[in-house]
Amino acid sequence: MASRIPGFLRQASRFQGIIALWIGWTALYAWASHSLGFPIRLAITDSILANLHLAGACLLMLTILRYYMPGRSQYINLLALVSGLTLIWYVAFRLSWLALVPHPEPVTFWEEIFPLRMAIALLVIFCFTLYSVLNHIQEEKEIQVKRKSDAEKLARDAELYRLQQQLQPHFLFNSLNSISALAGRQPEQARLMIQQLSEFLRGTLRRKEEEMVPLAEELHQLDLYLSIEKIRFGHRLLADIHTDPACAGTLLPPLILQPLVENAIKFGLYDTTGEVSIRLEARCADNQLTITVSNPFDPETSPNTRGAGFGLASVQRRLFLIFGRNDLLETGTQNSRFITTLHIPQS
Amino acid sequence: MTKAIIIDDEPLARSLVREYLQEYPFLEIAAECGDGFEGLKAIQEHRPDLVFLDIQMPKINGFEMLELLDPAPAVIFTTAFDEYAIRAFDRHAVDYLLKPFSKERFHKAIERWRERSKQKTDPVPVSSLLENASESPHQKERIVVKSGSSIIVIPVDEIMYLEAADDFVKIHTRKGHWLKNRTMAHFEKVLDGSKFIRVHRSYIVNISEATRLDPYEKDSHVLLLKSGEKIPVSKQGMGRIREVLG
Repeated sequence: MASRIPGFLRQASRFQGIIALWIGWTALYAWASHSLGFPIRLAITDSILANLHLAGACLLMLTILRYYMPGRSQYINLLALVSGLTLIWYVAFRLSWLALVPHPEPVTFWEEIFPLRMAIALLVIFCFTLYSVLNHIQEEKEIQVKRKSDAEKLARDAELYRLQQQLQPHFLFNSLNSISALAGRQPEQARLMIQQLSEFLRGTLRRKEEEMVPLAEELHQLDLYLSIEKIRFGHRLLADIHTDPACAGTLLPPLILQPLVENAIKFGLYDTTGEVSIRLEARCADNQLTITVSNPFDPETSPNTRGAGFGLASVQRRLFLIFGRNDLLETGTQNSRFITTLHIPQS
Repeated sequence: MTKAIIIDDEPLARSLVREYLQEYPFLEIAAECGDGFEGLKAIQEHRPDLVFLDIQMPKINGFEMLELLDPAPAVIFTTAFDEYAIRAFDRHAVDYLLKPFSKERFHKAIERWRERSKQKTDPVPVSSLLENASESPHQKERIVVKSGSSIIVIPVDEIMYLEAADDFVKIHTRKGHWLKNRTMAHFEKVLDGSKFIRVHRSYIVNISEATRLDPYEKDSHVLLLKSGEKIPVSKQGMGRIREVLG
């Protein structure tokens, strides 16, 4: 309900401003009727009385608007409301005037300026109503915008989470299957793999999507991943990681490398039947961390030199959601190697 | 002797199936293969009674490998695929084992296979069996065909157009054309509708290959391709072209 009270009454400073405005207006009103012929004392009394009632009418309007805010097509009702309140204002003011102001007084003069007073009251109430309604619309809009941005943020977080999780199930189930195979004849190996898998999973669970992680930590996570993949694929998989010392202290989104390497492994392993060497290089220059991941492929038989598997598409999407840029991931080929290049701006 | 073949790209996964199979001495392991090409060769050579087949494998995946075999051998899928993705194959495969699977579950699959082979039902033709599989990975990206003894993987981007040819579909690319035992309706469903348009009952065209559209007789048009070939366009086909090109 609080949101339905016009904002300008919510803050004390604004409330004081309104009081000041009212006093100024009342003084002006008194001065105007004095200059039209009222004796000064009578003009002041009259002005205070008239404008107190006017303030009352405005408050009444405010109360009504709290419970009944007309829609776009119902503005005609507002005009009726304004007219009605003006009439009420007049009757109340007239009665109290008669009750409070002693006779004989120049009532005839009062009667003469009556249409003018009505017009002024109508105008004031109308302006007040207009202001309240506009204020209300503005606030509704702000609430809507906030709600929308909240919803967008929620959706973004959910999407990031989903993108991060999507690649896990296959890897997890295949790893568990490998452990199952090892458990019979090589229980020590099975135990080792369970430990590596646990450490890897712990690493993925701890991460919060929006927090950037140091390169060293990401590379450690990648190491765990690779050690598991090496057990899964046996001697076919070789990994070679080079890091430029200048990259110490650089940050990147968590678990962003794993999909790239996973893609390289799949592409490499699934496309060629011999040994596969995955190469990862991290370089730093111009406030930017650049990581290249490459894998061999057979240009003769590989139909998909774009290599844009699901993994890369999801990394692209994540980078866009985090940095708002679409040019941070590139792919290309060179000497029978497929190369993925990732740029991470450092702030 | 009954023969089995294990096809999986992970050596440990193969060794697990091998280990479980030790309890079934009547089943001889005729071959173990690490990818779909090897698997295809082994199946053609050994004519196994049962195949343990992984889905995600090098070169061509398990589904694509099966597509090239007619009739299909009895298959037990062993995969980390989730149940939902593989459900499309449920009716046709003997069974599917979700990795990691237990010895008991493995036993159940073997029992199921024995039941089936006792019934001596005719093998299900693969072409009809895979037609329903809407979940096969890669099918939006490539088509695998057999040409003599070699296997050809055609990226869909290289397709110029598809032409109906009796029970087959003829796939035309710049390098030549190949036959695939699927229906036009299948390709219409599977291929990206914003790139491939069914312009005629017998033709689906890769729209990026088209250069010009000319009127031809009453109510029909003819589409000129970059390669110079002309494809007839029916009245409905014209409507679909308008829909896609806006």
